[in-house]
Amino acid sequence: MQIAIVKYNAGNIYSVVHGLKRIGVEAEVTDDIERLRQADGVLFPGQGEAATTMSYLKAHGLDQVIKGLRQPVLGICVGMQLMCAHSEEGDVDCLGIFDVPVRRFVQTAHEQKIPHMGWDQLTDIKSPLFKGLAEGCYVYFIHSYYVERNPYSIAQNDYIQPYCAAMARDNFYATQFHPEKSGRVGEQILSNFLDIVRQNQ
Amino acid sequence: MSLAKRIIPCLDVKDGQTVKGTHFVNLRQAGDPVELGKRYSEENADELVFLDITASYEGRKTFTDMVKRVATEISIPFTVGGGINELSDVDRMLAAGADKVSINSAALRRPELINEVARHFGSQVCVVAIDAKEEDGQWYCYLKGGRERTDRTLLEWASEAADRGAGEILFTSMDHDGVKHGFANQTLARLSDSLSIPVIASGGAGSMEDFRDAFVIGKSDAALAASVFHYGEIAIPALKRYLREQSINVRI
Repeated sequence: MQIAIVKYNAGNIYSVVHGLKRIGVEAEVTDDIERLRQADGVLFPGQGEAATTMSYLKAHGLDQVIKGLRQPVLGICVGMQLMCAHSEEGDVDCLGIFDVPVRRFVQTAHEQKIPHMGWDQLTDIKSPLFKGLAEGCYVYFIHSYYVERNPYSIAQNDYIQPYCAAMARDNFYATQFHPEKSGRVGEQILSNFLDIVRQNQ
Repeated sequence: MSLAKRIIPCLDVKDGQTVKGTHFVNLRQAGDPVELGKRYSEENADELVFLDITASYEGRKTFTDMVKRVATEISIPFTVGGGINELSDVDRMLAAGADKVSINSAALRRPELINEVARHFGSQVCVVAIDAKEEDGQWYCYLKGGRERTDRTLLEWASEAADRGAGEILFTSMDHDGVKHGFANQTLARLSDSLSIPVIASGGAGSMEDFRDAFVIGKSDAALAASVFHYGEIAIPALKRYLREQSINVRI
């Protein structure tokens, strides 16, 4: 099984490499278009600013490549946001895999600090991505922008308002939280994604 | 439910070994910070902090190697601190796999460092640690692990740090640290009320009630402790069960 991680100007890509290694998979970090197209599964992680990362992807032709992938793809954090139609962060058009906007959290009370950072719960989970996990399980989030609730949602979180914590469409999966930093629950999610990849082979 | 309050064990590391001893007899090497961190992670600690208390070049290199091991072996977020003086130190720690970096004296000496770290790597990696001590009703910030007093006061420095792009404030009360009679809750609450970024309470944990008070009275987002965990006086699973019973949202 060949797993590729999209290499671009986003921070902390290697934490995903380590996360996969802990469950026994050696992934390749690459921006080579053919390597990405040939991989059995692709991860698209991210930490960074949407507009800057988006222009990097375009300059390297990676935007078209990611959109055109047919194998299972998992976007993480900014990776998920870049898969949407548009982001308020830098007012930028994104990949449009999910036809929904990304908005900035607006604080409504002092206790609601931004970024939303730390361990929070998933509800309304419905996807093979969450196989073996219970409603209300905790995962690690760190973000200031969010995806509104939408028909692709496979998990929800409530911070300031209920919003989409994970979504799926065809071969594309995306999580706002970081499975690679979410302890045992996160390892389960990563291995569920690998199962999806295996079944697709 | 909402965002969980975080419990953060802190490990002081010197020449690659955890400094304070631990009670964990079943670890292959009690002094190995990676093994200890892994143990805490399995017990549902929410994050870990590793502080480099060596000053030598060799010590720093050993610490970087340890950070790499933590990044490969542990699946929860971790912060590293100690000896972070410039942007290149931050870069080295993040490249080794750390999620966040805590800066203390260097930020007090040159506050622009906070802006630089936030701009280059994002606010989420920038934890500003503040050691402070009360004197005639004012909390003064200290440099060099509490050895040198400055004229900066806690609230104004913390709010400047936040404005410059700090992602979190880690406040250690030097008056409470090591005493084990609770955190500086009144001051923590003022800090938390005045800032729009998370506050981590540090210094003073002695009992489970102290953690509850840091969250309820001190309004902290996270609480950090070292010896009560290392010496087994408080076990993290029991602490979290207790906090849940007290209606505090923690991850179990």
